[in-house]
Amino acid sequence: MTLTALPADPLRPLIRRLTGDEKHAPSSYSTLDVLWVLYDKILRITPATAEAPDRDRFLLSKGHGPAAYYAVLAAKGFLPADWLDDLGGWDSPLGHHPDRMLVPGVEVGTGSLGHGLGLAVGTALGLRAQGFLDTRTFVLLGDAELDEGSNHEAIAYAAAIQLPMTAIVIDNRSATHGWPGGIAARFPGWITALVDGRDHDQIEYALSRRYDRPNLVVATVESKG
Amino acid sequence: MREAFIDTTTELLAEDPRTAVVLADISASAFAPAARRHPDRVLNVGIREQLMTGVAGGLALTGLRPYVHSYAPFLIDRAYEQIKLDLGHQDVGAVLVSIGASYDAAAEGYTHQSPGDVELLDTLDGWTVHVPGHRDEVAALLRAAARHDDRVYVRLSEQENTQAYPDAGRLQVIRRGGPLIVAVGPMLDPVLAATRDLDVTVAYTNTPRPLDAEGLRLLSEGELVMVEPYLAGTSARQVAEALSDVPHRALHLGVGRTEIRRYGTWSDHARAHGLDPASLRTRITEFMW
Repeated sequence: MTLTALPADPLRPLIRRLTGDEKHAPSSYSTLDVLWVLYDKILRITPATAEAPDRDRFLLSKGHGPAAYYAVLAAKGFLPADWLDDLGGWDSPLGHHPDRMLVPGVEVGTGSLGHGLGLAVGTALGLRAQGFLDTRTFVLLGDAELDEGSNHEAIAYAAAIQLPMTAIVIDNRSATHGWPGGIAARFPGWITALVDGRDHDQIEYALSRRYDRPNLVVATVESKG
Repeated sequence: MREAFIDTTTELLAEDPRTAVVLADISASAFAPAARRHPDRVLNVGIREQLMTGVAGGLALTGLRPYVHSYAPFLIDRAYEQIKLDLGHQDVGAVLVSIGASYDAAAEGYTHQSPGDVELLDTLDGWTVHVPGHRDEVAALLRAAARHDDRVYVRLSEQENTQAYPDAGRLQVIRRGGPLIVAVGPMLDPVLAATRDLDVTVAYTNTPRPLDAEGLRLLSEGELVMVEPYLAGTSARQVAEALSDVPHRALHLGVGRTEIRRYGTWSDHARAHGLDPASLRTRITEFMW
């Protein structure tokens, strides 16, 4: 097992530069290891290829608490690290929810929950229609976000048409009424994997697998609060 | 109008590899032949209108030009936040094409009616709205929308005028006379019938957004009546802004806000909302003279 302490530690000073995010701090950190593995090991995207039509797509549906996202984008050179010093400021491109029109490397602007999965389905379909068959589409959600009914429209449709795409759910047990039967049970027809959301080897193994239908990776982290 | 939409969009699918169609079951059978030819670009997501709009946003993010279609209450009212965020906030476009209008589905009741669709889109930035008054105006509007990536709404209806005016993107004078009456889309024939022997100028447009402010300023002489097939007063702000430095009186006629709990036909509802020729004549005359 590779613990988060080694590769993620360079990110923590970057996250600490982000101010004004105390309210959403737990959700910011819950995504940190998955985001790092995605950008360090999985996604075929760099600042130089951020506009390439065949780049892999990553959509952060869980738009609140984006500190870890910004820190990873800064660490990978998509945005200058000094942008992190004015989170939510008038002159800052970094808000408490990311805006694709302001932040290089951000594929979708999110914040209101339940939008990323539908956008990801459309993105995967658009890439397939244009022949980009090697390009992968990833979307990251929170377990509480699954309460939004719009997600279940996308889950059912992606399964019905066997659309290759990868959804990641960060599970920190924050859904108000929980998920009796487990989160994977909410994704019928999807290939599912459960991983330790702090274990980089497990995350990388699960995310590197490609399938001919949608797949779900549930990444469990410590409980919120 | 619906057939013109299906025929034109089917042609666009064959002509332009950027064209995509996203459906939520409505009209899916009509697009079945096109779906067999273009299975990757004709997508029926089932009865999932939030997803339909989200998918359109995703398609647009990859560079495609999605045409999104359903009944107006499901296309606009139900998926309003997806229109706001999955299209507008992402700064991508789509062509939303509705049928049903304000009360074409009169017998189905209020659940299938959307008199407030244009007003809802008026809360958002950057929407062009077309309300064709005749089936022969539909193809050109859809083809024009294929040539760019902006946000376009095309509102189709069963009610239509006897004559098409294909170049009515700006105000087009149909009859010249005294005070100005602007008829939007299928309101033209009722307005012409209502004012047959009145000294008024009747101007027509099938594109109320952006409203032709220059045309309004040129044609209005202190008094005007707007007659629109959706919520009354929807264009009040646009008219006020266009004539902000000109003293004027304006009457805005359209669909009322009170739900009419009756069935019948669209013409029954037009009469109930005062949009039939006799009612229009009474209201216009009382305002003008």
